[in-house]
Amino acid sequence: MTTIPQPAGAVLHDALPRLLPRTPLDLAAHTAQYGPRAGTQGLSAMLAEAGLTGRGGAAFPVHRKLEAVAAAAGRSGRTPVAVANGCEGEPASHKDATLLRLAPHLVLDGLLTAAEAIGARTAHLAVEQGSGLLPGLRAALAERGGDRVELTEVPRRFLSGESSALTGYLSGGSGLPRFPQPPTRERGVGGAPTLVQNVETLAQLALVSRYGPGWFRTAGTAAEPGSMLCTVHTAGTAPRVFEASTGTPLRRLFGPLPSPVQAVLVGGYHGSWLPAAALDRRLAAADLGVPLGAGVLAALPADRCGLVETARVLRYLALESAGQCGPCLNGLPRIAAAFADLASPLRAVGSPRLLDDLARWSGLVEGRGVCHHPDGTVRLVRSALTVFAAEASAHQVGYCTGSNPAPLLPVPSDPAPEGLR
Amino acid sequence: MNTDLRLAVDWTACTAHGLCAELLPERITLDEWGYPLVEGTPLPPEAVRRAKRAAADCPVLALKLQ
Repeated sequence: MTTIPQPAGAVLHDALPRLLPRTPLDLAAHTAQYGPRAGTQGLSAMLAEAGLTGRGGAAFPVHRKLEAVAAAAGRSGRTPVAVANGCEGEPASHKDATLLRLAPHLVLDGLLTAAEAIGARTAHLAVEQGSGLLPGLRAALAERGGDRVELTEVPRRFLSGESSALTGYLSGGSGLPRFPQPPTRERGVGGAPTLVQNVETLAQLALVSRYGPGWFRTAGTAAEPGSMLCTVHTAGTAPRVFEASTGTPLRRLFGPLPSPVQAVLVGGYHGSWLPAAALDRRLAAADLGVPLGAGVLAALPADRCGLVETARVLRYLALESAGQCGPCLNGLPRIAAAFADLASPLRAVGSPRLLDDLARWSGLVEGRGVCHHPDGTVRLVRSALTVFAAEASAHQVGYCTGSNPAPLLPVPSDPAPEGLR
Repeated sequence: MNTDLRLAVDWTACTAHGLCAELLPERITLDEWGYPLVEGTPLPPEAVRRAKRAAADCPVLALKLQ
């Protein structure tokens, strides 16, 4: 094992949390904790060896994105742009806002190191309108003297953080997803090759660049190394944000559960319902068999109706469609309406074709949009119809096994996004 | 041996005119809302000319060859 070069004054973390302090760190506390920002020498190789993947939901290998943007910049002769994506459009996710509040300097370190590595001279950090994060970020930047980062608030929409929507907005556009050819890594902000990375990914990058891949891999599983931030929802308590080693049993993440659980949502509103047995599996896509997304986890108590819960989320997702792509525009509202019928035993009884309609429309929207909104929505629909199949059968003969109507998953009360009203 | 050209749709541009399905019926059909269901596998060489024509004739240039 090679010795990890230690930045002067840094404390190497052997245990978690690595990137989520208990109280906000100003620049002095941050530097005392982690040491100065690392340079870019060998960064891509270190990230490859570390196995760091994007923490915004897509889990794409970070070194490959860095290399692709640098290559696109070389080919086009244009100076690339780096963007830290803190637009946490998903109402159930709070990890990016928590990170930006507690460890803004770690994100800024990662952004500046990544920008330097690809040869970017412009760095952006984007957060959502209404997140309340800007004042803290401005103060953090002011502490850093010469470092220049453009701070931007984007419209509060589920899709605002989609990379082409975000780079479009930063270029003065509408902030809606666009046709992904050419991709943002080739033509992003102002038409320049653009690196878009989630803020947690950049914080992880800031640590890998300091402590190296061997250190990074002391947490997590061999196939999905490191730690990740999770937002954990249990009934009756406020959502909690944790940093967890991948490979942690889900039951330990949830902690003591106040009531029996019937299902677990993994990966948020574009994620998957799994049966309660998933509580005894480990936090890893390979173990759970589904993507971890941006780390949203929710435990549905046995006394709730999973169909009602899913129908609320689907209505929200349908309203959050940008309305640009025909299949999504036509399909998502139909799927949401049919699912709402299925969630109501009174309406489900008289509608024997609901399941066929849901299956057909799911097939018709999947893969037929410029972004992955329809695909993620269909993932949720299919997993719900599998995990709550018995409940669907009960509804179709007129009864619901849920006895507690209290909602688990947060859905904005007025979900019609700006520009679509 | 097929080419490495594939049909793709810019869904933000497509407004369900349906012309593509008339021009290239063996590779494009329409869904129940009138939007194209496109066979996305690589085009055989003999289909390339007509595919190019269909792409050029799309009233909103939503059909792409890439």
